Amino acid sequence: MKVKINGEELEATAGQTVLEVAKKAGIEIPTLCYLKDKNEIGVCRICMVKVEGGGGGYEPAFVLQVSDGLEIETNTPEVRELRRLNLELILANHPQDCLSCERSLNCELQGLSKELGVDGSRFAGKRIEHQLDESTPSLIRDPNKCVKCRRCVSVCNDSQGVKVLFPNNRGFETLIAPFFNKDLDEVACSLCGQCLHACPVAAIKENDAIDNVWEALNDDNQHVVVQIAPAVRVSIGEEFGVEPGTPMTNKLVTACRKLGFDKVFDTDFTADLTIMEEGHELLSRLKEGGPFPLLTSCSPGWIKYVEHFHNDFLPNLSSCKSPQQMFGALAKSYYADIENLSREEITVVSVMPCTAKKFEATREEMMKDGSQDVDLVLTTRELARMLKMTGVDFLNLSGSDFDDPLGISTGAADIFGVTGGVMEAALRTVYEKLTGEELSGLRLTEAKGLTGVREAKIELSNQTIKVAVVSGLGNASKVLEAVKRGEKEYHFIEAMACPGGCVGGGGQPIPTNEEIVMKRGQGLYNINNSKSLRKSHENPVIQELYEEYLEGVGNKKAHQLLHTTYQKRAK
Amino acid sequence: MEAVIKEIIVGYESEKTPLISILHRVQDKLGYLSEEVLKLVAKYLDLPLSKVYGVASFYTLLDTEEKGENIVRVCESAPCHVKGSMNVLTELKSELGIDIGETTKDNKFSLELTSCLGVCGVAPAIMVNDQVYGNLTAKKLEEILEKY
Ligand code: SF4
Ligand code: SF4
Ligand code: SF4
Ligand code: FES
Ligand code: FES
Repeated sequence: MKVKINGEELEATAGQTVLEVAKKAGIEIPTLCYLKDKNEIGVCRICMVKVEGGGGGYEPAFVLQVSDGLEIETNTPEVRELRRLNLELILANHPQDCLSCERSLNCELQGLSKELGVDGSRFAGKRIEHQLDESTPSLIRDPNKCVKCRRCVSVCNDSQGVKVLFPNNRGFETLIAPFFNKDLDEVACSLCGQCLHACPVAAIKENDAIDNVWEALNDDNQHVVVQIAPAVRVSIGEEFGVEPGTPMTNKLVTACRKLGFDKVFDTDFTADLTIMEEGHELLSRLKEGGPFPLLTSCSPGWIKYVEHFHNDFLPNLSSCKSPQQMFGALAKSYYADIENLSREEITVVSVMPCTAKKFEATREEMMKDGSQDVDLVLTTRELARMLKMTGVDFLNLSGSDFDDPLGISTGAADIFGVTGGVMEAALRTVYEKLTGEELSGLRLTEAKGLTGVREAKIELSNQTIKVAVVSGLGNASKVLEAVKRGEKEYHFIEAMACPGGCVGGGGQPIPTNEEIVMKRGQGLYNINNSKSLRKSHENPVIQELYEEYLEGVGNKKAHQLLHTTYQKRAK
Repeated sequence: MEAVIKEIIVGYESEKTPLISILHRVQDKLGYLSEEVLKLVAKYLDLPLSKVYGVASFYTLLDTEEKGENIVRVCESAPCHVKGSMNVLTELKSELGIDIGETTKDNKFSLELTSCLGVCGVAPAIMVNDQVYGNLTAKKLEEILEKY
């Protein structure tokens, strides 16, 4: 069929919306509450367009479906005025303290104001002062900034299936919050931070640890080490205008030295170690006949989710600590011994793509003698902010390598940050242990009847094992339900809380969307391909660590340091 | 409590979206929709608690907090507004000595706002429990409150 947009005749097919047709033709229509395939309720009225002839009138462009001969105007003075009016009504209830706001420069509300030419709001609205929700170490909710677009609601309810955020009350008093307007620490939030990525403004943000990190760095009595997670190296560049997925590893190491860290280490090292321990766990479960499926345990958002919603699966979770926590444990034991330092003299900082990692570091299971193994957790965004504060010219730094010994890793560790990577890394090692041959890639196919879930069968010496890979908590829940109902059987499931894995984590640069997440994931595979060592068991420092310190894979000492337990939490 | 809720829910099994009707019935029986009550409703309807609370807090005729013996609801919709509902509200506030959403010390009255009561012809209107009063004046208000 044919439609006319701004006088231009365009080809369209039934079922398409005006927004889609316009976009294809290079005609931008501004949106705010709209999040493709996720939030399509049309509350903000920013995307209004004018329908010519017939009944006429103004309609939201993402709702309006094309019909033959439809004539639309997207850019008349009246349309622009209407959008501006709607935006000003939103701004009337907004604090407008952009100067000190963390979302300044990547805030969609700010962007729209520029785009629509708003010069101050004509309306001064009544405002309700809301308390901040600072109840968790991961996230801060600031309802004063909320524009009630409900994007977070759709992501938390539908993509993540956690369902803790909802619009409460009505009209002017509407508050997007957990039930009874409780704080996040009182409900079953996974702290994945996906709502933060959905939020167009600073109504959901990370609980910032920057000041505490500066304090540690300025303390002469502290030996401050930093570990950097795999997914950070392919995303930090975005904060400085580089394409998503560009590896920035060596500049990142130099940058951290410039900030004053005494040693710059790699979470990749303990990712390799995780593979050794988790691989061993899979082998012994195969020998002992279960419990199956073994569930990966490196994603703290996923762990917290299982503890709240599927705690009949707690025995299935791998007892391995996550790479972040294995690092913390080793830094304050193995590494402390080498440096002749006591536990109290070392501060361990991590740079993570993740908001849930901030919570993980504070878990009681991760404490020793009343203190945390990992002291402070920064997100990718926070590290970038620190670099900008100190004026480090990131893009022009010369690169350098991670420090010894906790800085040596294989390609298997890099792909930890992308969905499917942990599974592939584990199978590279397990397969070789059992068959004596090298695994030639892992071919995953879409699981029948379970969209968003991929699976594979692997022939080992005398048995076939079935594995599944899933990311996003909504998808992960579907697999567990299918297993519970007996419809699916797996030996091993890799699950990550965030869609796409940690490359799409709640601590990653803004914006984070499907396309960007894919590019970051590809970046990690490129790093893997560029390394000569790609199997965790070939990491020479890991071999040494087992010989000299841990007394062998799966041994008691290794168990004490590198494994953990879980707890039931209320739904 | 659990038995009451279960019984009510069973009565609505054939309905597709029974949540609102169920919440009304449950409130009739149990007084108000406490956290405990809503948790049970969510459980038996297999709905997320956030949604159940979202709906309960959306409708002004549903209470999620304990209320006084009598609930006075002042209509805040446009027709009543034009006819002076805000004066009615100010009057009630000073008469009862409480603000919107509060309950008097003797637990006798709670004061709330509501949207259109469907009697705009006699605006401004209020509702006390399930009795509607229109064409209000300060004097009339006093008389009404005395009845309770
Ligand atoms: S952090 Fe995740 S689980 Fe928690 S409210 Fe946000 S989206 Fe929902
Ligand atoms: S918190 Fe953010 S995403 Fe959620 S409704 Fe408010 S503005 Fe929208
Ligand atoms: S998937 Fe990665 S970023 Fe997301 S919660 Fe898990 S560890 Fe954190
Ligand atoms: S983007 Fe169109 S109504 Fe919100
Ligand atoms: S507006 Fe008050 S009863 Fe209709």
